[in-house]
Amino acid sequence: MIIEDLTVRFGAFTAVDRVTLEIPPGRIVGLVGESGSGKSSLARAVSGLVPYTGRIDGAHNVQMVFQDPYASLDPRMTVGDSVAEGVRGRRDRAGRRAEVDRLLGLVSLPADLAGRYPRELSGGQRQRVAVARALGAAPDLLVADEITSALDVSVQGAVLNLVRSLRDELGLSMLFISHNLAVVRYVSDVVAVMHQGRVVEAGPTGQVVGEPAHDYTRALLEAVPRLTGGLRE
Amino acid sequence: MKPRLPRTPAAVAGAALVAAMVVLAVIGPPIWGATAERIDAAAILQGTSTAHPLGTDSLGRDLLARVLVAGRFSLALALAATLIGGLAGIVLGALPSVLPGRAARLITGAVNALVAFPGLLLAMFTAVVSGLGARGAVLGIGVAIAPGFARLTQTLAATVAGSDYVSAARMLGVSRRRVLTGHVLPNIAEPLILQLTQSLGGALLGLAGMSFLGLGVQPPSFDWGRLLFDGFARIYVTPEVALGPAAAIALAGIGFNLLGDAMAKAAARTAPAGKKRTAAVPPDPGEPDPGAVLEVRGLSVAFPGGATPVRELSLTIAPGEIVGLVGESGSGKSLTAAAIGGLVPYPGTVGYGRLLLGGRDVATLSGKELGTALAMVFQDPMASLNPALRVGGQLAEVAIVHQGAGRAEANRRAVDRLGHVHLPDPAATARQHPHELSGGMRQRAVIAMGLMATPRLIIADEPTTALDVTVQRQILRLLREVTEETGAAALFISHDIAVVGGLCDRVMVMYAGRVVEELPVARLAAEAAHPYTRALIASLPDMDTDRDRPLASIPGRQPAPSDVGPGCAFADRCALATARCAAERPPLISYGEAGRVACWEVK
Ligand SMILES: Nc1ncnc2c1ncn2[C@@H]1O[C@H](COP(=O)(O)OP(=O)(O)O)[C@@H](O)[C@H]1O
Ligand code: SF4
Ligand SMILES: [Mg+2]
Repeated sequence: MIIEDLTVRFGAFTAVDRVTLEIPPGRIVGLVGESGSGKSSLARAVSGLVPYTGRIDGAHNVQMVFQDPYASLDPRMTVGDSVAEGVRGRRDRAGRRAEVDRLLGLVSLPADLAGRYPRELSGGQRQRVAVARALGAAPDLLVADEITSALDVSVQGAVLNLVRSLRDELGLSMLFISHNLAVVRYVSDVVAVMHQGRVVEAGPTGQVVGEPAHDYTRALLEAVPRLTGGLRE
Repeated sequence: MKPRLPRTPAAVAGAALVAAMVVLAVIGPPIWGATAERIDAAAILQGTSTAHPLGTDSLGRDLLARVLVAGRFSLALALAATLIGGLAGIVLGALPSVLPGRAARLITGAVNALVAFPGLLLAMFTAVVSGLGARGAVLGIGVAIAPGFARLTQTLAATVAGSDYVSAARMLGVSRRRVLTGHVLPNIAEPLILQLTQSLGGALLGLAGMSFLGLGVQPPSFDWGRLLFDGFARIYVTPEVALGPAAAIALAGIGFNLLGDAMAKAAARTAPAGKKRTAAVPPDPGEPDPGAVLEVRGLSVAFPGGATPVRELSLTIAPGEIVGLVGESGSGKSLTAAAIGGLVPYPGTVGYGRLLLGGRDVATLSGKELGTALAMVFQDPMASLNPALRVGGQLAEVAIVHQGAGRAEANRRAVDRLGHVHLPDPAATARQHPHELSGGMRQRAVIAMGLMATPRLIIADEPTTALDVTVQRQILRLLREVTEETGAAALFISHDIAVVGGLCDRVMVMYAGRVVEELPVARLAAEAAHPYTRALIASLPDMDTDRDRPLASIPGRQPAPSDVGPGCAFADRCALATARCAAERPPLISYGEAGRVACWEVK
């Protein structure tokens, strides 16, 4: 999929400024930058949720997973009904049921969760349900906007593992957005750094993290919280 | 879980009144119907007597019986008017979310105009146009109620329509109609039903008013309003004849309003109220530590119903030291901070063996002393800043109230403190309102506010969680700098063990309300002993994590405070758990250099 010259404006304010970015099939492109840098606006444009100018080629079915798993599931729908919303084609009841079970299985959730309501689930489980719902539409691009930042560290690892297994096992292409470079580094094949609406640096993960070319990338690298260090000297 | 009606006097009275009205509507006509219609030429226009407690009307009919019989008709009319108004309003309010843009705007505009129009005029106009009588009155009141319902429906629907789950449904190709029936309507039903109940009382009063104005029910039919209309003509001669219908109208109106209010409150309420309970008094805490800024022994926070989110927590902080409190959400970190600052929300209760700030029991400190000795920084800086006031003024207020400083001196100090936290143009910032600052600048301003006094302790509860990593780093630096300069101690709370590890001197790990491990930060990465601490560290990706291997993760979830069993709270998720772990809780014992750990498997 190729994004070319994409611009998103809100009134006179330009949130995304002529961004060009390629997401190769079966790859995860990580998008990192501070809040307000335009990451979410880019994600929403790619997902068709906000108007834009420019071209988006090669992605017909884009699905998005949102940051807040407490807001992205209808509190009055069972998990099964939410996931079934994305199931395409005219299936009968039993077919739907089986498909929901399969999708829950893909995100490592037990099938009996289908009858539960979101309030009975933990944040990590909800985020898996949101991913399962998106997968039901068989997307050719999945956009994940800060999907671990509302989660506890103890479940973040499991969701990141899920993201990687979706790529490895389903060949899913993904735009993975986060403000945490360590998280982006872990899941992405390609990293793009966004600053004030523009992509200031993009390249293979090892290269961007190992030999950052832009000052802003270096600032981001330096700011990654580290267990041992930094602020005590 | 259905919200339950609270047992307040108002709720009970409302429910009782409404129940009485319903009973009256059912049994009134069959019992008193004949009496109410019996014409008695010998008893025309009488006042109170034993035979006729409320007097008689111009045909000698008993007014008490007529009031009791009119209940059914009055309530039925009110119900009809409410249903008409509610239905029309909900349809009008929901239409814009399914119609194309132009039509939607037209309807929205019309509703807005109608909402601004006086309801009574609308009702009278409709009633006159559609003909005098019960039908006209019901239509009139219905029309008067409708715009309010339309507006409420619109607002509620717009909130739901803007939610992430509706965005997700749209991306999945779910049709507009399915979005409306599947997402929007179910999520707005509850507030609308509440509004319907409250409207019933209003409709009842409105209809009585219409009848009273002669625009409503016409003879020979009668409702309470009509009876009041007839009785009112005789108010100077026999006032008691107006009393019955007036009381009936008032009681019914009050009943529906009270019940509606109580239902709305029950729906909005989250924490159940209950009887007060004090946390168990912990064992003797031993001798106090004279060098500590903060010394906590055996701190518990409990809520009615048996939930104890903080249990027997002990911690000590020395001057200039930053202690990190880390754990997943719900582990009790914020309540610990709240307990130290005396901010535990009602109906929580705090118990402790010792809680000394600067050597004095916090319970004996005045609000002023506590405010001077303790600075609190929260995740949301707006929790500490008043959006209506200039930043400088708010800071100056602290010096004026707590230190008795003069206005000019306080202002000067405010600008000085704002500069101290590295705000680039402190004088300009002082003149700004909080909303003009970025999240990071606001958090600096809050820290500056804490520095207006000379705090002995700074408690920072997730102060950087809402900030970017770059800004986070600046705020962490600032905290470090401030404690080094002023010698203040700090309790730094975070769910992110990397942040805690990067900033603090000592780390305490909390799980399900208890401290499970404590150790100097230098030993955190390599020597953490508790399985939970180790799992937290392993599940965290950093810049050196092997990208070809899956991250560690912790299966399952932390038990809720009311579900903590007798054993180790981590047992369900622990790879090392044995039978003993589930049955018996491991005590927090000394381990390694300056460390403590609570785990049976750590030897
Ligand atoms: N609907 C909107 N109207 C006006 N401004 C917006 C809107 N949505 C986002 N913005 C602005 O666009 C900028 C980029 O925001 P966003 O795309 O959310 O960035 P990020 O995802 O990196 O946080 C921000 O300054 C934000 O305030
Ligand atoms: S006490 Fe048992 S269950 Fe608890 S952490 Fe230690 S080994 Fe695991
Ligand atoms: Mg964002």
